[in-house]
Formats: sequence, structure tokens, C-alpha cells
Amino acid sequence: MASETRDTARPSAPGGVSFSLSDPTVRAVFYQVLVVGIVIAVGWFLIHNTLDNLSKRSIATGFGFLEREASFGIGESLIDYHPRDSYGRAFLVGVLNTLKVSIIGVVLATVLGTLIGVARLSSNWLIAKLASTYVEIVRNIPPLLQLFFWYALVSESMPPVRQALNPIPGVFLSQRGLFVPVPSADPVWGTMGFALAIAVIGVIFLRRWAKARQERTGQPFPIGTASLGLLIGLPLIAYIAGGAPTALDVPKLQGFNFVGGVVLTPEFFAILVGLVVYTAAFIAEVVRSGILAVNWGQTEAARALGIDSGKTLRLVVLPQALRVIVPPLTSQYLNLTKNSSLALAIGYPDLVSIANTTLNQTGQAIEGVAMIMGTYLVISLGISIFMNWYNKRIALVER
Amino acid sequence: MKSGILAAAAAAVVFGAVTGAQAGPTLDAVKGRGFVQCGVNAGLPGFGNPDSSGNWTGLDVDYCRAVAVALFNDPNKVKFTPLSAQQRFPAIQSGEVDLLSRNTTVTLTRDTSVGLNFAPVTYYDGQGFMVNKKLGVKSAKELNGATVCVQAGTTTELNLADYFRSNNMSYNPVVIESNDEVNAAYFAGRCDVLTTDASGLAGTRAGVAPVPDDHIILPEIISKEPLAPAVRHGDDQWFDVVKWTVYATIQAEEMGITSKNVDEFVNSKNPEIQRILGTSPGMGKALGLDEKWAYNVIKTMGNYGEIFERNVGLKTPLKLERGLNALWTNGGLQYAMPIR
Repeated sequence: MASETRDTARPSAPGGVSFSLSDPTVRAVFYQVLVVGIVIAVGWFLIHNTLDNLSKRSIATGFGFLEREASFGIGESLIDYHPRDSYGRAFLVGVLNTLKVSIIGVVLATVLGTLIGVARLSSNWLIAKLASTYVEIVRNIPPLLQLFFWYALVSESMPPVRQALNPIPGVFLSQRGLFVPVPSADPVWGTMGFALAIAVIGVIFLRRWAKARQERTGQPFPIGTASLGLLIGLPLIAYIAGGAPTALDVPKLQGFNFVGGVVLTPEFFAILVGLVVYTAAFIAEVVRSGILAVNWGQTEAARALGIDSGKTLRLVVLPQALRVIVPPLTSQYLNLTKNSSLALAIGYPDLVSIANTTLNQTGQAIEGVAMIMGTYLVISLGISIFMNWYNKRIALVER
Repeated sequence: MKSGILAAAAAAVVFGAVTGAQAGPTLDAVKGRGFVQCGVNAGLPGFGNPDSSGNWTGLDVDYCRAVAVALFNDPNKVKFTPLSAQQRFPAIQSGEVDLLSRNTTVTLTRDTSVGLNFAPVTYYDGQGFMVNKKLGVKSAKELNGATVCVQAGTTTELNLADYFRSNNMSYNPVVIESNDEVNAAYFAGRCDVLTTDASGLAGTRAGVAPVPDDHIILPEIISKEPLAPAVRHGDDQWFDVVKWTVYATIQAEEMGITSKNVDEFVNSKNPEIQRILGTSPGMGKALGLDEKWAYNVIKTMGNYGEIFERNVGLKTPLKLERGLNALWTNGGLQYAMPIR
């Protein structure tokens, strides 16, 4: 909504205020008030009508159901969940599952998309054509079909659980997913996390100090190597100090399925790969256009100044390319997150899938849909705010 | 809580789920429109399934047609809307369909907070488990740790959790929205167990399984699943029409009236038969229908037994016994209230 904040230099009419509709300021205010009034009236009518209809048909309303026992099972969850938990907790499981697939998906899609985008500009004919083919094919097939394809690929091409492939000792691959051993629970993991946190804080301070020193003395400091050393070194010291435990929780076939270790389920695999492959095609185009947007002269100018090619990319080309890349990239991240709701079709328990089950058991469709919409709104705004912040930060500072 | 309701209602506005539905007398609306809008299963052999030429068939479908016959004496004056388990309640709540005849289990919650009224039960069912014979499982009690394929948004999902909880067993659910995809996942081997109503398992085994004999339905029936047509709360007249249409088919079987011999009964001296077939008037008027409504239904669709045998009985691929669905006079549960 554009608001009339621009200061018009027009002096106000002498002898008081006139309310003529021919005055542009009055007219602008009048129409805005009118529009807001109509929106409120329509909204009030629809809400009133809805509540009226709901009560006429004795359909329950309100969010009280969230505290009731869910009593349905969920296939995979990041937090402990049991059918005796509440609908509220079940929904939280769904939100976390959505976040899990979205965050991992965004990272992988960015990496893959950047690679393909750069490959499409490659001077190597074969690589460039392969990348173009990928983009053109993947972009034009609906994502739901791609999900079915990846899901079918796992369930049809992998062996049944009893004949699971065992490529590395302890690792099993079957229709039920990829089972991988994990280190058994040990207090040292907590200590290592703490050490990592300290390392991160240390890196932040180190960077500040290095920057200040370079500005003062002109001496560059090898900040990359030092940071890496800190981030790996501190947790490693904690691990050794904690007795370097090597016990593993190895999956083994027990009854119907593998027990122990961690599992990458076919549902998660299919939704993740599907979203990454699909979104990467769009990101590739975004990256390609961003790079093409930077005039080749910029690179030549940097070279003429004797700046090496790594720094040319980092200090000259990227800041200008990112300005073009980041806004459309944001919308791709949002798309990926929203497309994760297709998970319902292949059985990955994302927030839509769980909210749908809930609203079906309770019959409270409006509340359920409101919760789905509210959650996506929060996630989308979150991504948007972060990306806008990032965009401002990397934007070319013009002097 | 009020603000919560408002927020939810605002969502409804955007979603358009509830607004614009007519709450008035459905019977008049249906008569004026000239056809019944009926929500059915999108693909469950024996209950609601389009055949190879696109005609809807099945027991649930036949009850939609029976209501159309009672109203218009034409089994084709129905518009079928295939609904997933998740879509069915919003569809009936919002008025998109007048009648939900889609193997829906009668439960207290659905009768109350979902806002439905259930007509008489057209199929007494119970939830069962199907497994591949290769697993060597003979009883559902041996399923500890199994992976179970189940359709999203059904009572099945709840019974499944309850059953494993009460038997101290664990399971891994794979919950998928579309029935076809659930079946595909099971037959591909993603799950050890497929669970749904026993009739549905029979339908799937007969109609979908690559080799039906590879799969067995375990003996345990873990729940009561009375499946019934449903209408919206708050329209008694329409509810009555659906209810007594179902009763008429059951009553006809009880009296030995079939689609073949119904004309022989028109001259019957039995006052009960005269009332049903409209020879002595009154019943049709009470329902707001033609006096021949039940005669038409029986003549066109047959009695309950005929509908059952035609769609799911022993001569169909589903091969279901009458079992609980036999008449009360034969030791089953089907019992029509007196039409008088």
C-alpha cells in the first residue's frame, strides 16, 4: 500500500482547511478510508456468516482440540512423539519435519543450482549442453510427478529389507531406507557442542581483530585457515579429553526391520531429492543471469589492477552478481519450502500431512487450515526477512 | 478463544470452505436442481469405483442412486464427486455434496463436532490387517516392530495406534493420502502390513494385488467399523429421506421383495407391503416424496441383499460373506425400523 508520505511543498489554503474532493490530498485520504472501510465490512460479513453457519450445523470451533490426545502414529519425528501426546505436539512434529526438509533442501539446492548455473556458462560444449538439458527438462515437469518418480525409484529399485545391500559394514540399504550406524550416546557429545560454540565466538572476535589490524598496519591475517583451525580444533580437543569414545550404535535386522542407528527414510529421501532437483534448475537460471549481469569489463579492470582471480571473484564480481541473484533466490527458497507440502502424496509427515490428519479426526477444518497458513506465513516471512537482511549486507556500497 | 475463532474464520474466508453453502432444506434444493450431489470414494472396488466405461459402481454408489430413484425415479440423476478421506468432511459441511456415501465409519465425534447425521449402517465392517504370506505371520499379535501402510485421515489410523498401544507393540506408520499410493507402497514392499477395513482389504486384494494369493488377511478384526451414508446436521427432512431409503431396501429383503418380483407384490393383501409399495398411500407424502418412492427404489436398485451380492458378495471378486450384514432374521445385524 502506498501511503502519501511524500511532503508536498504546496502551502495549505489560507483561511482554514477545505474538504473539497478536488483537493488531491483530501481525495487520497477519502479513497483510502473508503477502501479500508469496504475491506473491513466484507471481512466482517464473511466472518460473521462463517461463524453463523458453523453454529447452525453444530460444528465445533476453537483451538481447544490442540490439547486433546492425538492417538495417531507419526512415521518420523525430530522430537519424541507417541500417540498419547496431544494434537498440538503432533503439529509441532510436523512443523519440525517441514523445517528439516526445507533447510537441508535450501542448502543442497543452492549448491547444486550454483554448480549447474556456472556449468551452463562453461566454455566446454558438453558440460554447457548437459546443464541446459537438465534445466529445461527438470523445470518443465511438475514437481508432484518428480516426487512420485523418486519415491517409486526407491521402492522399486531397492531390494526388500531382508536382502538389504550392505556396502560398508554397519550400513544397510533397502526399500525401508538407508540405515547408518551412529556413535552411541556419550556425555562427550555435549562437551563438543559447547566447545564448538566457544570456537564460533572466538572466530567472530578473531575476525574483528584481524580487520582492525589490517586497517591499522596493512598486514593481512590468514583468517580463513585460523578460523577453520579453531572450529575443528576445539571440539577435537574436547573429544580427546573426553576419552575419545568409539562405541557405535549399529543397525541390525530384528524382527521386521532394522533397529538402531539412524535411518534416511525413502519418504524423506524422495521429498528432499525431488525438491532439490526441481528447485536447483530454477536457482541455476538465477545464478546464470546474475553472473551474466556483471559486465566482463569489471573483471578485466580488476585484472589490470593486478588483483588475483580469487579476489576478483570475491571482491568485484560476486558483490555485483549477488545484487541480481539474491532477490529471485529468495523466492526460490520460498517455493521450495511451500512445495514441501507435496510430501503428503508420498507419505512424509510434514506439517500439512499432520494438520490434515488432525482436521480429519476432529472435523475442525477451518482451524487446521488456519494453522497451516499461519505456519507457512511465519516461515516465509522468516526466510524473507533473513534474505532481505543478507541482501542489504552484501549489496554494493556506493560512495 | 474468540480471537482464535475469528482468525480461523478469517482463514475460512480466504479458503472459501464454509461460506456460500446453503443451510436450508436440502430436499427442496435437490428437487429444484434435478439431481443428487453425492460424495463417493475415488476408487475402492465394491464400494465406490468407476468401471472401465466410466460408470460409477459399488455399494455406496448404489445407495446414492437409490436416493435419486426415491426422488426422481431415475438412478442416473446423481452427480458423483470422488473424495479422498481428507476431503470428505469439508465437502459435506460446505454443501458441495448433499449426501456422503463413502464407506465412512459412524463415530461420536463425527456425529457431533463434525456436524454429520448418519443414516442406517449399510455395511458392518471391522479393521483388519493384510500381510504377504512370505512373512509367515499368522496373527496380528506377531506384528511388533512392523511397518504399516495406512491411508491418511481415517479412523483406521487411530485404531491402528490404539491396537499396538494396548498390546504393547511398536510400529512404523507410513501414512499416504491417496488410496492408490498406499496400495502401491504396500505391494512394492515398503510396508510389511496394509491395514484398512476388512472389506477394503478384500477389495484391494481382489482388484489391485498382482498375485492375490500371495497375501493373507489376518484373522484379527481390531475395531467396529459401521459404514453409513451421512448428511449434514440440521436438515431433518433430507435426513429422513436418506434414512428411510436405506430402511426400505432392508425391509424389502425381509419381506422377500426383489427387483424381479416387486410387481407381483403390488396386489398383496399384506397391509405392511401395501404401505411400502405405495398401494395404500401415506408414507411417501410423509417424506415429501412420490407414493411410489420405495417401489421405484426396489424395482430399480433391488433390495439390500441384491445390492450387497451385486457389489461385494460371493460372486464378485471381493467374495465377501454376508456375516454381520445378514438380516437380523438370519443372525445378522441388518434390521429395518417399521415402515408405518
